[in-house]
Amino acid sequence: MKNLAKPVLLQTRYSAFTDGLKAAIPIAIGYIPIGITFGLLARSAGIPDYITVMMSLIIFAGASQFVGINLIALGTSFWEIILTTFILNLRHLLMSASLSQKVVPETSKGILALLSFGITDETFMVASFREEDHLKPEFLAGLNLLAFSAWNVGTWIGIFLSAGLPEAVKTSMGIALYVMFIGLLVPSCRRSKATLFIALLAMAVHGFLHYTPSITLLSTGLKIVITTIITALMGAIIFPEEESA
Amino acid sequence: MDNLWLLVLLMGIVTFIPRILPLTFLNNMRLPRFLNSFLRFVPFAALGALIFPGILTSTGNTTSALVGGTVSLLLAFKRVNITLVVFGGILGAYLGGLLW
Repeated sequence: MKNLAKPVLLQTRYSAFTDGLKAAIPIAIGYIPIGITFGLLARSAGIPDYITVMMSLIIFAGASQFVGINLIALGTSFWEIILTTFILNLRHLLMSASLSQKVVPETSKGILALLSFGITDETFMVASFREEDHLKPEFLAGLNLLAFSAWNVGTWIGIFLSAGLPEAVKTSMGIALYVMFIGLLVPSCRRSKATLFIALLAMAVHGFLHYTPSITLLSTGLKIVITTIITALMGAIIFPEEESA
Repeated sequence: MDNLWLLVLLMGIVTFIPRILPLTFLNNMRLPRFLNSFLRFVPFAALGALIFPGILTSTGNTTSALVGGTVSLLLAFKRVNITLVVFGGILGAYLGGLLW
């Protein structure tokens, strides 16, 4: 009887991979136009095309790349750009830690290291809001692969076709990832009041940091880190027994 | 800037460090209860912080962003598929931008 299937085996490795691809479709819709915008902006900032392509391949982080080309164009010093990039991405430290408890335990370190390259705000959110208790590495591989491909294809389109979409459509698409976040948040807020409370609290805290004059000097990346830490701590204190959504 | 290659490589490395460390080293660990609870709230906290106030400037026009955000909120409440929520939000932002 030792071959009795456990529930976790119902999802085969292949179906986990295709589930991951499917889950990445809304991300891909958001990444392609932003990738195009990145390609266009990099071009207009005078960044060599091969550098733009390499940025999307090696860095794969929207905020870092936009800030990066901006700073390069402004002639900012080498180490200042590196430091800004690092601070901007500190939030991924928290996301990666949170995700570590969501991936099937005992996954090999090599595979985890590979998968961690694909952590972005968007892939992290989609992964976190899955209903499975534990995610298979294949799921994350599918999710990351489509998100990464969309980002890079978008970048190439932006560089090589530099005409692209009409301006009004392109600017409207800037909202894509934000409304995807709304689409992720609303269903779990319906299930859990704690979730709703924490999300609203985070908006209030971040709004405060964003609009308070002397604090606006902090970088956006740092403000998001501070907000996330304060708010998640409040969550853990107020709702210690709350189940994740 | 002469060393663009090196710059991109280092930017890649400092972006990768916060991604790789926790996932790789915490996966096998059973974390203390409080830390676990904290980490489970991270997605919701970060999501709130990422949505607001960033959404307001996402289309370069606050009205367009508000219309798009409202449309997506309504669609999400109606339990519409998330891909349609995204398209609805883009369409709302587009129409909002045309009207105002």
